[in-house]
Amino acid sequence: MTSTALCSRRDSVPTFRPKEPGRMEEFLNQLINGLQRGSLYALIALGYTLVYGVLHLINFAHGEVFMIGAFVAFFAVLLAGAGFLAALGAAMICCALLALLMERGVYRPLRHRPRLAGLIAAIGLSIFLSSLVQTLSFGFTPRGASEPVRFSGASYNAFPARRLFEQASYRVVPGMDVYLTNVQILNFTVSLVLMAGLWILVRKTTLGMAMRACANNKDALALMGVNVNRVIAFTFVVGGALAGAGGVLSALTYPRIDAMMGLMPGLKAFVAAVLGGIGSVPGAMLGGFLMGIAEVGAASALPSQPVDYTPLADGVSFAVLILVLLVRPRGILGEAEREKV
Amino acid sequence: MSNLIEAFGALKQFWPVAVALGLMLAPVRKRWWWAVVLGGSLIVTLGGLCLGIVSVYAVRVQALICITAILAVSLTFINGVTGLFSIGHAGFMIVGAYVSGILTALVFKLAPGTPLALAVPVFLLSLVLGGAASAATGLVVGLPTLRLRGDYLAIATIGFAEIIGVVLRFVTFDREVGGAVVQVGGPRGVPGVPAMPGPVPPGFDGNTAGVAAAFVYSLLILALVVWLLRNYIFSTHGRACCAVRDDEAAAEILGVDTVFYKVHTFVVGAFFAGVGGGLLAHWSNFIHPSMGGFVRSIEYLIVVYLGGIGSLSGGILAAALLTIMDVFLKDLLQGRDAWRMAIYGAILVAVILRRPNGLYGGREFRWLLPAGRRRDARS
Repeated sequence: MTSTALCSRRDSVPTFRPKEPGRMEEFLNQLINGLQRGSLYALIALGYTLVYGVLHLINFAHGEVFMIGAFVAFFAVLLAGAGFLAALGAAMICCALLALLMERGVYRPLRHRPRLAGLIAAIGLSIFLSSLVQTLSFGFTPRGASEPVRFSGASYNAFPARRLFEQASYRVVPGMDVYLTNVQILNFTVSLVLMAGLWILVRKTTLGMAMRACANNKDALALMGVNVNRVIAFTFVVGGALAGAGGVLSALTYPRIDAMMGLMPGLKAFVAAVLGGIGSVPGAMLGGFLMGIAEVGAASALPSQPVDYTPLADGVSFAVLILVLLVRPRGILGEAEREKV
Repeated sequence: MSNLIEAFGALKQFWPVAVALGLMLAPVRKRWWWAVVLGGSLIVTLGGLCLGIVSVYAVRVQALICITAILAVSLTFINGVTGLFSIGHAGFMIVGAYVSGILTALVFKLAPGTPLALAVPVFLLSLVLGGAASAATGLVVGLPTLRLRGDYLAIATIGFAEIIGVVLRFVTFDREVGGAVVQVGGPRGVPGVPAMPGPVPPGFDGNTAGVAAAFVYSLLILALVVWLLRNYIFSTHGRACCAVRDDEAAAEILGVDTVFYKVHTFVVGAFFAGVGGGLLAHWSNFIHPSMGGFVRSIEYLIVVYLGGIGSLSGGILAAALLTIMDVFLKDLLQGRDAWRMAIYGAILVAVILRRPNGLYGGREFRWLLPAGRRRDARS
């Protein structure tokens, strides 16, 4: 599990390391890495928080939607020769459809059952989807190649990031060895654009108003003549599209994908959503960024000599989760939930 | 196609399990029937092994069924009886497995050729100590997560299980003690856990006798665990736990010490999970930190939900069915393990959608129910 794409330290460091970096430079570089990983967590966490807001359901299979997004982009690039935007669009559409399908097939029939039934079904779906991708194994000929390649869902597949972008890095601060790669810039741009779009959607449109109302009181919303089913389905679609985009960005940054790549990032993004305050859209963004920084920071602060302690950074997010749940269960920006007896 | 026929053919060797399940499901209300079930299972399997009509492999699988059932009933106790939704059960299990496995590995390596009269108590003691270590973990998990309920608690238990897994990767102990090399390697796990000690009757090779011993230990400990949990559930304390599950606020108003019972549940459930983990370590002769991972926890959750949440009987039934299905799928798919988990996930979703009570939810074997309560375990 430690080998999932977002987890290993090897990937958290940029593809090159400046010689003998000063402490300030090291700090800034790690901060950029942390923000970049945080932007991925934030994209996934938004899906959790949206669904939790309207249904009070932890959509455990959300990490798998993220994973499938990466796979869709993989095949879009290799088979159809898609560019970045086309691959991103394909992944977002497929993931939105997948999320819609899950809502229709599994979560809607369970809506009036005890809350835990939904959670268990979500766990089942998560295991089902990741295992299903693992069973895939076939040969195919990528576009523009003469030799067929073997694809196996159970092992790592190199994501053809090179086909989309030639790696380049830019010095950010004059005179200091602080670098930003073009993939990182793309990461920030795409995630910020998507988050801004989501913000406008939730705050400024009628549909967004319906989503907020749905989170507040479903019955009252239904009495106002709004089709609650449609609002909930739309929420899943938005969450799925964001996770799909996250999957593409993750595949581009850590260019190898496998069937289990959704599990740990999914869990950690959920932790990020709880940290920010589950149900709160800005909370999920904040939580995601904080979580990314905390994890990269822990990985670079832990000693790697004489014993490599960096895998302990994997535990950091869970320690954060337990701390948050103990100290402030509603998260940083969340609203307290009162229990009626 | 030939795979399919072979896999179905291989199912025949598990006829002792069918006999045992038939005895369990028999509509007998008498309490002494437990002795028939236990004795019948032992006699059929061991007798079959002696006569050569039950293969060593089948007995080994039956031992695994018992171990899985121990873990399932301990999880159903936490999840179904007190209603604390814990999904980090493998985390408790792996603590017991480590403690018990390392203890026996140390003792038996330091003193090779320990006489049986000494080896058996040492092994049983190691199981108890493993259980105690798990119970301590349960206390550590239970105390801070008391305030959480429902899905938050679930996530916190996953968090704890993952932390346990990450920490165990750093447990390294690799040195010579008294001429014996003891290897307890972090990410590599613990190889060389000794088999369960048992007598080797004349005419049997060590392997057969070891498998038979593993089966006897697992079955007897399963019987003990079920007996203890059954008595607990139908006692005043069990009522209190059910009350906490049904409505915590109401239970509190009626004077149930909800905090005490929640922690208590975690500790008791974790203890039995630790014992089961100890058995599993000695059954597989190997422990790996990934055995405490999320996927393993989900496997036990699936056993519990297929059996019917809160039902000890259902846990045993589902453990038997799923373990045999595992073997069947392994034969059928020739090592393509991913299909197995895909089917598991589909089963979990289907059970929740179509049969929320599982196979045996809300019921118990009739002979398990106390007098005057023979109708419904949950009333």
